[in-house]
Amino acid sequence: MKLALRELRRKPGRFALAGAILTLIALLLMFLGGLLDGLLASSTGAYRAQSADRIVYSASAKSSLVRSRITPEVRQQVEQAVGEGKVGGIGSVQLGARMDGRDGRDLIPVALFGYELAPTGLPADPPKAGEVYADRSLESEDVEVGSELRLGPARSPVTVIGWIDDSQYSGQGTLWGSLDTWREVTAANRPDAVAGDGVVQALLIEDAASDPTTSASVDEATGGATQTLTIDEAIAAIPGVEQQQATFNQIIGVTVVIAIVVVALFFALLTVERTALYGVLKAIGARSSTIFGGVVLQAVLVTLGAAVLGAGAALLLDALIPPGAIPFVALPGRLLSSVAYLLVAAVIGCAFSLRRVLRIDPASAIGGSA
Amino acid sequence: MTTATATDLALRMEGVRKTYQVGDEEVVALDHATLEVGGDEIIALVGPSGSGKTTLCSIAGGILAATEGSVVVGGHDITGYSAKQLTDFRREEVGFVFQSVNLVPFLTARENLLVVDEVGRRTGAKAKDRADQLLEELGLTDRANNLPGQLSGGQKQRVAIGRALMNEPSLVLFDEPTSALDTKLGDQVVHLIRDEMKARGTAAIIVTHDDRITHYADRTVHITDGRIDA
Repeated sequence: MKLALRELRRKPGRFALAGAILTLIALLLMFLGGLLDGLLASSTGAYRAQSADRIVYSASAKSSLVRSRITPEVRQQVEQAVGEGKVGGIGSVQLGARMDGRDGRDLIPVALFGYELAPTGLPADPPKAGEVYADRSLESEDVEVGSELRLGPARSPVTVIGWIDDSQYSGQGTLWGSLDTWREVTAANRPDAVAGDGVVQALLIEDAASDPTTSASVDEATGGATQTLTIDEAIAAIPGVEQQQATFNQIIGVTVVIAIVVVALFFALLTVERTALYGVLKAIGARSSTIFGGVVLQAVLVTLGAAVLGAGAALLLDALIPPGAIPFVALPGRLLSSVAYLLVAAVIGCAFSLRRVLRIDPASAIGGSA
Repeated sequence: MTTATATDLALRMEGVRKTYQVGDEEVVALDHATLEVGGDEIIALVGPSGSGKTTLCSIAGGILAATEGSVVVGGHDITGYSAKQLTDFRREEVGFVFQSVNLVPFLTARENLLVVDEVGRRTGAKAKDRADQLLEELGLTDRANNLPGQLSGGQKQRVAIGRALMNEPSLVLFDEPTSALDTKLGDQVVHLIRDEMKARGTAAIIVTHDDRITHYADRTVHITDGRIDA
């Protein structure tokens, strides 16, 4: 082991090529992961921002907020089923927003949400009519606290009174106001989508701490008129989310396989190069396990170094990319899991050298052929 | 001939046979070899290429297992040892000096000696003391921190001898130790080997073509076609 460490320290050049390739692979892995996280963040933020546990759609909506309508009668049934837990309506509409200082055709795409149960980070009561909290990503569109946004063709005015973090929806910044604000704006701009008095798109449920509501019991209480999902299930049901995840995870998987191949090839070559040295070490009493342990240690350390450099580059990228340019976020969890994948790849890659190490004959150190 | 008694023999080989299967044919590398080496005896093992001297040396050092016969080194009967037992045995009981010296190129002279300790059960400070002592005795103290690439041929050979002596072996095996050296250096190395072995009372088998070594050895053993000449 000490031998392997000393070689790393004294002959770093020998590992530079593998280190450089692995650094690029690490960066690619973390960049892909960051893109996936960024894409997911920008399409699921409005759901993740909810402090509620469940969401109730109408059964015919097929888990789509836009298609869902909950009538006051159904709401009453849900409230009865939930008992002590809290129930609140939610509605959304996607519109273009105009703002002073911008060209009249330069619209900011926004999703306006009306709510009763506050998302994480907002005061319990919704703001009064005509006032909204804005997603912080809208800062990159020069929206400020106090800005007046005029929504849709009817130019319904709303005033920004504060910020909410990480609540994007369908890649757009969101605005959060009362159900009344939502109804008003929808009625003015989307007469086709307008909801009647007391009608909301969906219901959010905060389970009573003592007794978590089951989704099935809610749907049973409404006689099958609703489809109740946990927030995680609702996120997975957002169109494109699962497909994005599957696609990116496949590319990430292939990248990890490439890392395994790089480590396997490189350390197999290094092992061939060291056949004579390993023969001598075996002759003087080194066990194969000690020698192989050294190979694994070197591979793990080179990969760890590469992964740390890759993570540094990913963080730098995160800092340099202007907000809103590409959906990339460097999350600590993603970076750590990428490092873990690479380390596993290093160990698996080394395993291809194991047979070669085992086969080295200590007799090769002496004289040659008998 | 040696006058040593059976108890202080460094090596006793009896009726050792080593065969290899090459295709359908059985090749006999060593044929009923019997050899005894006294506790501090230096033996020159001489024979043409392919005569079996390397095989004999490898069996005596626990690198190869004999097909038949018994091998006792420093009181250890290694005849039936498994590969793992032989590995441990080599680490504890035998010293090797290889033909091409084979020092670890990225380790200093001192660290090359300590490798013996690092691949086995570590003794730490004790091993360091022993390495320093050996380097001093071999006249290498001022070269202790040099890499092999910074050492002359003779100095490298001395480091290799130091490495072979690190585990206080009962038997040191030298594989053509002078073949890569010029006459003067070869002579120095042979002197050194004799002095070091005799000073420690350690037995040695030196595989060689070199007549100078047969001159310095206590006894010369000839081997031809796998048979030790009487």
